[in-house]
Amino acid sequence: MIYLRLFFEFFKTGLFAIGGGLATLPFLQDMSARTGWFTTDQLADMIAISECTPGPIGVNMATYAGFLVRGVPGAVTATLGLICPSVIVILIVARILKRFKDNKYVQAAFYGLRPASTGLIAAACLSVAVIALTFPKAAGETGLPQIRWQAVILAVILWLLMNLGGIKALKAPAWLKKIGKLHPVVFLAASAVVGIIFHFAS
Amino acid sequence: MKELFDLFLTFARIGGLTFGGGYAMLPMLQREVVERRGWATEEELMDYYAIGQCTPGVIAVNTATFIGSKNRGILGGIAATLGVVFPSLVIISVIAAFISNFADLAVVKDAFAGIRVCVFVLILNAVVKLGKASVKDALTLCICIAVLAASVLLDLSPIVFVLCAGVTGIVAKVLLAKEGKK
Repeated sequence: MIYLRLFFEFFKTGLFAIGGGLATLPFLQDMSARTGWFTTDQLADMIAISECTPGPIGVNMATYAGFLVRGVPGAVTATLGLICPSVIVILIVARILKRFKDNKYVQAAFYGLRPASTGLIAAACLSVAVIALTFPKAAGETGLPQIRWQAVILAVILWLLMNLGGIKALKAPAWLKKIGKLHPVVFLAASAVVGIIFHFAS
Repeated sequence: MKELFDLFLTFARIGGLTFGGGYAMLPMLQREVVERRGWATEEELMDYYAIGQCTPGVIAVNTATFIGSKNRGILGGIAATLGVVFPSLVIISVIAAFISNFADLAVVKDAFAGIRVCVFVLILNAVVKLGKASVKDALTLCICIAVLAASVLLDLSPIVFVLCAGVTGIVAKVLLAKEGKK
């Protein structure tokens, strides 16, 4: 029963891959070697596609792998398998947390956890910055990576548009405040257009 | 029923607009969940991310389950989770079925090179917001910088940092506070 096996394999991945989307990668490599459901080349395609489509990367990879095996039902099965352990574990954690929310030890732990969480996200932000603002290094190349100046200029402009309106001391005009409050997707779409017009990838 | 559907739709929108994985979802969550809906606070969002780092599974899914279950119990958690994965299922299936070389198209590469720049600035804004909510004194500032430096320099699982930070919090707040009283 291929669907049961798909579900079970991705259930295992979801259960043991701790720390976010790309943590599923070693499990998928292992799965490719054991089951032959997809090749390592297809896995590389999968990563590329996951990174340039919306949605959590782990979920995208499961959907793509499931689709390669058994089309749309396969995609649904693999994805449900992947998210099942998360849902169960988090529902349990959420229930426990609710009961002990006012416990002083729990509160003290969160006092330490929150800045750590911020630090982890700042580190992720840094690695996104390296990917977005510099050229990938060629094999064997050492030293500082080359900077994509076009991308840096776009980043500065975006930052100014999003933040200048919010700085009270500047007495920014109303239109600037309005731009700062736009939905992030507007900036994403505009950046995509800028990327296409100025051939950002080359 | 309407609330469950509401959770599903909101998280489907978040999932459909998030490019580049769990961390990129943060600005969307701040916008849709914290500011627009009031389903969680900035602090709770940070708690969920910290817990999502040390529990199994995809962080985006963990966070969705958390926020859903906080507002509408188990069914809410499931509705939010199905919502956040729904766009992926549709988009990836379509791409897998029709566009085998999607990621190689020049237009797609250019567009995503632009989008990645924007994702960086959005996450940067999110970090500044979170920093304001979480860094309250010298100790929390130290934890934040130490975790940032350690995760850039060391090849360790984030679980280690999260556990250390939690223990530091307990030691500093509960145990040392007791010492002080004696």
